[in-house]
Amino acid sequence: MAEVLVYVDHVDGAVRKPTLELLTLARRLGDPVALALGAGAENTAAVLAEHGAVKVLTSDAPEYAEYLVVPKVDALQAAHQAVSPVAVLVPSSAEGKEIAARLAVRIESGIITDAVDLEAGDEGPVATQAAFAASFTTKSRITKGTPVITVKPNSAPVEASPAAGAVEALAVSFSDAASGTKVLSRTPRESTGRPELTEAAIVVSGGRGVNGAENFHLIEALADSLGAAVGASRAAVDAGWYPHSNQVGQTGKSVSPQLYIANGISGAIQHRAGMQTSKTIVAVNKDAEAPIFDLVDYGIVGDLFQVVPQLTDEVNTRKG
Amino acid sequence: MSLRIVVCVKYVPDATGDRHFADDLTVDRDDVDGLLSELDEYAVEQALQIADEADDAEITVLTVGGEDAKDALRKALSMGADKAVHVEDDDLHGSDVMATSLVLAKAVEKTGYDLVICGMASTDGTMGVLPAILAERLGVPQVTLLSEVKVEDGVVTGRRDGDSASEQLQASLPALVSVTDQSGEARYPSFKGIMAAKKKPVESLDLEDLDIDAELVGLAGSWSAVDSATQRPARTAGTIVKDEGEGGKQLAEFLASQKFI
Repeated sequence: MAEVLVYVDHVDGAVRKPTLELLTLARRLGDPVALALGAGAENTAAVLAEHGAVKVLTSDAPEYAEYLVVPKVDALQAAHQAVSPVAVLVPSSAEGKEIAARLAVRIESGIITDAVDLEAGDEGPVATQAAFAASFTTKSRITKGTPVITVKPNSAPVEASPAAGAVEALAVSFSDAASGTKVLSRTPRESTGRPELTEAAIVVSGGRGVNGAENFHLIEALADSLGAAVGASRAAVDAGWYPHSNQVGQTGKSVSPQLYIANGISGAIQHRAGMQTSKTIVAVNKDAEAPIFDLVDYGIVGDLFQVVPQLTDEVNTRKG
Repeated sequence: MSLRIVVCVKYVPDATGDRHFADDLTVDRDDVDGLLSELDEYAVEQALQIADEADDAEITVLTVGGEDAKDALRKALSMGADKAVHVEDDDLHGSDVMATSLVLAKAVEKTGYDLVICGMASTDGTMGVLPAILAERLGVPQVTLLSEVKVEDGVVTGRRDGDSASEQLQASLPALVSVTDQSGEARYPSFKGIMAAKKKPVESLDLEDLDIDAELVGLAGSWSAVDSATQRPARTAGTIVKDEGEGGKQLAEFLASQKFI
């Protein structure tokens, strides 16, 4: 059967959920062969095998951490050459997209980014994407080379499908370009203990209506009651109330969780661009005319300072 | 020695307008007003700041697009860029990111550069991969997604705030940089800047000038194809409730009915 190359996003061997989702999609196209790079690469094998990887290619070298992106492109290119896959799938993270893009140039292949679904088609994989702030749905395919496709988190279920997952060391020789951009230092972001924004099944966001950094604890408390990630609108981020890494929208992160709860967010087009593909949308806003209410499955016209704590208490009580 | 900066910008349909696809499934650029992509304004701003710090620098703004795309160049010139290059050719219609990046790479090389600066993504296609592709094509280091950037003694340094870590990066020129919307507020053109922009040179190039075969660009020369574009049906109207004191509880009831609690 045809093989599909899957780029593994992991932290010291802990595979991140979007990669497991990729394996589900990869199995629709062929046999997944996973590529894991850097420290802990071999430790990814068990979970990858459990989710369908027939083979796990690994490579560890200091270059992956010391230089930006290009060493990983060299490795993916080596894997592409070794496997001759029918498609290359990469998680749609900022780095994932850059790796995929540079590989595509090198192997003279087209690229599709931010797919939200993937099916086998007569002329290769067919990718579904959301366009123009999700007001359109497009179906695209690659017309030249090996399809290189990046896939957004939450695009497929994680399914167990045990396979051999035999670990094989991949030989990688680094290009001259590999050492072009040096990583002088790396400061890990402090963990909040909450799910990653782009991967979370539930996102609770706050906007201008939260009215100050000191009030964001209300949003966080609701998020924690639901096991959700915390998002913020551009207005809240620009005002300095919440970090930019939590911004949802056109110039921030694009999320598509099962449930999105917008609190004190009017729903400007820039924000909608980042959350409109959420499955269920809920809003709390005291302005009945706020455009966010055009999107909601359920909306409360009311003061978030009353509604949000009450909702949080109720969720906590029900969870008992 | 003069620092040659090329800023790649894009003319995009206004996101607050009603954006559509044309019959050939390319972006409909006639149906809605266009403007300089907001995320490229940050690139122009950083170019201006880098130029201010340099002894001697020249900023060229570059775009690929139809006649209207000149508006994006004018905006960048009125912010303070020195000159502009406009690549326009009928055969470019429908070019995907691979074809467009090929044209940009040739135009950047023809213009001459020490530093290329891009926005992090366009606000229409939103792929965010063009900077990396351009760096690969030009064979120069990519120093991308920077929220802070500095150029000194032929070296570019910057801070990249990723999902899991914040990284300090460094590369020697020539290099390609992309900046995020956190890199610093973009300036508004002054009246003086707008008047001065009218006199600044805008060079027009076509495919022949860049020595690019027409078969390598446009819809036919692209390596990806859109087979269908369907407008999403408007969401069916949801339930909207006015809070009379029990709003939070009602919302909890809804979430429970949807199995979120």
